Amino acid sequence: MIRRVLPHGLGRGLLTRRPGTRRGGFSLDWDGKVSEIKKKIKSILPGTPCDVLPDTSHLPPEHSDVVVVGGGVLGLSVAYWLKQLENRRGGMRVLVVERDHTYSQASTGLSVGGICQQFSLPENIQLSLFSASFLRNINEYLAVTNAPPLDLQFNPSGYLLLASEKDAAAMESNVKVQKQEGAKVCLMSPDQLRNKFPWINTEGVALASYGMENEGWFDPWCLLHGLRQKLMSMGVFFCQGEVTRFVTSSQRMMTTDDEMVTLKSIHEVHVKMDHSLEYQPVECAIVINAAGAWSAQIAALAGIGKGPPGTLQGTKLPVEPRKRYVYVWHCPQGPGLETPLVADTSGAYFRREGLGSNYLGGRSPAEVSRVGWDMLARRHRIIVMKESGFWPGSVCFVHPQVQTAWAGYYDYNTFDQNGVVGPHPLVVNMYFATGFSGHGLQQAPGVGRAVAEMILEGSFQTIDLSPFLFNRFYLGEKTQENNIM
Amino acid sequence: MTQGANGQSLRLVAPMWNGTRGIHRLGGAVVPEGNQKKERKMLQFLNNHFYDVEALRGYLLQREMSKVHLKNRSFTWLEEQHGPYSAGAFFILKQGGAVKFRDKEWIRPDKYGHFSPEFWNFREVPVEAVDASDCEINYEGLDNLLLLKELQSLSLQRCPHVDDWCLSRLYPLADSLQELSLAGCPRVSERGLACLHHLQNLRRLDISDLPAVSNPGLTQILVEEMLPNCQVVGVDWAEGLKLGPEEQPQDTASPVPA
Repeated sequence: MIRRVLPHGLGRGLLTRRPGTRRGGFSLDWDGKVSEIKKKIKSILPGTPCDVLPDTSHLPPEHSDVVVVGGGVLGLSVAYWLKQLENRRGGMRVLVVERDHTYSQASTGLSVGGICQQFSLPENIQLSLFSASFLRNINEYLAVTNAPPLDLQFNPSGYLLLASEKDAAAMESNVKVQKQEGAKVCLMSPDQLRNKFPWINTEGVALASYGMENEGWFDPWCLLHGLRQKLMSMGVFFCQGEVTRFVTSSQRMMTTDDEMVTLKSIHEVHVKMDHSLEYQPVECAIVINAAGAWSAQIAALAGIGKGPPGTLQGTKLPVEPRKRYVYVWHCPQGPGLETPLVADTSGAYFRREGLGSNYLGGRSPAEVSRVGWDMLARRHRIIVMKESGFWPGSVCFVHPQVQTAWAGYYDYNTFDQNGVVGPHPLVVNMYFATGFSGHGLQQAPGVGRAVAEMILEGSFQTIDLSPFLFNRFYLGEKTQENNIM
Repeated sequence: MTQGANGQSLRLVAPMWNGTRGIHRLGGAVVPEGNQKKERKMLQFLNNHFYDVEALRGYLLQREMSKVHLKNRSFTWLEEQHGPYSAGAFFILKQGGAVKFRDKEWIRPDKYGHFSPEFWNFREVPVEAVDASDCEINYEGLDNLLLLKELQSLSLQRCPHVDDWCLSRLYPLADSLQELSLAGCPRVSERGLACLHHLQNLRRLDISDLPAVSNPGLTQILVEEMLPNCQVVGVDWAEGLKLGPEEQPQDTASPVPA
């Protein structure tokens, strides 16, 4: 009614003012305005979708207590233990940021999946032992109601390390340490080796160490999927995006030796979305660097390493990506069902894959060389392997046919090839869980628990990983691991 | 082309996967009937829509698991008091299994779970055979079983919690174990069978009816190769092979596709 009345009055007024404009040339456009008002009223009324606010479901939350940078097995393990050990259910909001939700380049999925306790450092042995018990009881740790139980496809076939004359003494002392920590490892002489595994050529082999229990290989995708599923049921937020910036605040303090030191703390993380300039600033209290092969970039964003070399501010995180190749070949007369994962002194290793005489193996280069990242190198290596008989001599594969190959990155710690765990001394709320140089997958449950204990209690409670703190890079104290594959 | 028993040609066929098993059925490989399926669906619906039901189910599951843990605790005090053989025998009898000491008769618990206490006197007599069929032994419980160092015959038929990890623990019995039966264990797969190569004195191995083994015929052949002195019983190697397209099955007695 009002509609009908008003135009009359206005229309007459308009017309009387300007006789030439009959069709509402005066820009009032009453009909258009009315339809707009009708639309707004309709959208405010309940029962209709309200398009007033933009859609932000793909963005991470604006506030989060802990931001885990990197969604591989280490990052998910830290998130799991943080939620498991928190004092109150729902007490911590954890956000896991992963750049690539297909995990196409992540070391976890491309890994061979082995777990062994044959290390020289007691801490590494304890981490592996705990991981073995975690994997054994995985359906108790990662139980989700209504989901089927996880089948890790674990092969308990053990690891067999072969040593030449010059490495035999080191291997003996390593095995002593391993037995002390509780690993079930035994030494074998060349005769015993020939008896047990007749397909090994024991020329040049002086001693071998064989793991009997809690060693073998499993399916890393299953572990990743299980962790993801459990984390989603515990209420952890997942976001696909890239961390591009840390916003830090600094504080200058004086040490007891009257030195000025700048302590930084990250209070905002900028997470940028894929294929877009859109980013979300996430306010956070703690950041965990579990970015694997790309951890050094994340550390550089926080200002770690920006300073004169030789000082604590100038000490960079010495983790870089190293490419490693894995080949799958078929050999009909090869070793049988009892084959353990055999690793040679030259760094070459292989294991059985499935029941159809397929084997999987690779070789870590002994020299400290950076391998190129291009795909052409991969094809070249396949040809080299086909022609020259890749295996250095310990196991003879007759007429192997290479089926497939792939490459993945190790998060290689160039300093001492061992992991970096714990907080940074200057950037006080960044915690590291990276740099494990090829055994990150097998130590992930133990490391995750250690980092969670460090955050929640302030110190390591179960396994003491103080030799793995960041300080050692500045102080120059190497915790060298001698058995790297 | 391989030849079957009746001269028909056979080819390998992929095994069928018989669906997921819910977490509340630890190891049950039985296909549910119509009624059970409806109950299961109702339970799942309630679980997805009510937090209380989910929490209750989680609590009941935890209770079941802790019951199994309790059954498999270590009897170290008993071992100190009465020696390893008696302690191990007590563990097996408490679980519901049967035990045979050397030169003595089988000791079995009756239907109420009671058994005669005469074995406490057999301090020095080793245990020769253990029948732990349908017992709830798991990885931790093997601590007690491995006390029986001179065991010759072990039967783990239809044990719901014996899996590949448990098989990797059997190597300390390599010197004496001659007979092992794993028939019907729902969690044992070919990966666990691979670590039986330590048991070189084994003369008879029963691996029939293992639902988790992906390829029973091929596994049988590989296990026979791995243990040359052992008679491996259970699977006919032709199982899993299908009749070739050019030969029609003439009678029902021919090898049936898996």
